[in-house]
Amino acid sequence: MYHEWINAGLGGILIGLSVSLMLLWNGRVTGISGIVNGVLTPQKGDTQWRVLFVVGLLLSGFIVGQFKNDAFADNVQSSNWTLVIAGLLVGFGTIMGGGCTSGHGVCGISRMSLRSLCATAFFMAAGILAVWIFKSMGVIQ
Amino acid sequence: MSCKNNLASLVVGLIFGFGLTISGMTQPAKVIGFLDIFGQWDPSLIFVMGGSILIHFFTYRLIRKRNSPLFSLDWHLPKRTKITPTLMIGATLFGVGWGLGGYCPGPGITALMSFSPRPFIFVGSMIVGMVLFKLYDNKKSVRS
Repeated sequence: MYHEWINAGLGGILIGLSVSLMLLWNGRVTGISGIVNGVLTPQKGDTQWRVLFVVGLLLSGFIVGQFKNDAFADNVQSSNWTLVIAGLLVGFGTIMGGGCTSGHGVCGISRMSLRSLCATAFFMAAGILAVWIFKSMGVIQ
Repeated sequence: MSCKNNLASLVVGLIFGFGLTISGMTQPAKVIGFLDIFGQWDPSLIFVMGGSILIHFFTYRLIRKRNSPLFSLDWHLPKRTKITPTLMIGATLFGVGWGLGGYCPGPGITALMSFSPRPFIFVGSMIVGMVLFKLYDNKKSVRS
């Protein structure tokens, strides 16, 4: 039980460290939805760093997947269509709201941005309600 | 953007992804368990956001004392400060999708490396969702 808390804390520290390096080195906020969105509307000189960030994410997933066998454990019982709806909402919502868990939740709150604090409150509350409703409907188990 | 910026970005992506996979954020059942406060609540993931904010709260202030970042002439930080209905509706839609699928964008992409179909379904739909918002947004600005 305790190792899950330690993993979560250790992961949090690494995420805090990485977003700090992004700020120190490139002067940027590490917002994943924004980084991906920029790849979809490429502008000259503003695409390579985004693609390489995504490559870094994939590389880390590949490496950790080699030795942590529950790294991508997927024990959620839901239909693939449920996952399609989830993806559409996450894509649409993060661009509409200008950020996701990383950009608003981690970077924005650390900067004490009221806008990000508000966004985080909304997506946390919506997430909690969604799980409560969809679990009781049996959409996700 | 220079070579240094690109390399920096790769390293940041790598460390960020290590954080996500080690923490449990790439396991959708854990994320749903974290949001399931009315059911079988698994609060452990609070340490992911808590730990990262705890660190970045201080490093942000230290780093911003500099005149500029190391590999760039200027800061590229978000300038918008207004709390708008668009922000609140967007965040709400995102939250519903997050609860429904158990993936937010970063973990979804990282989980592609499990090579199982579900993360691909999620990330593919997420990209379609992003494009759909842009189409909707363009249409709206043409009208107004």
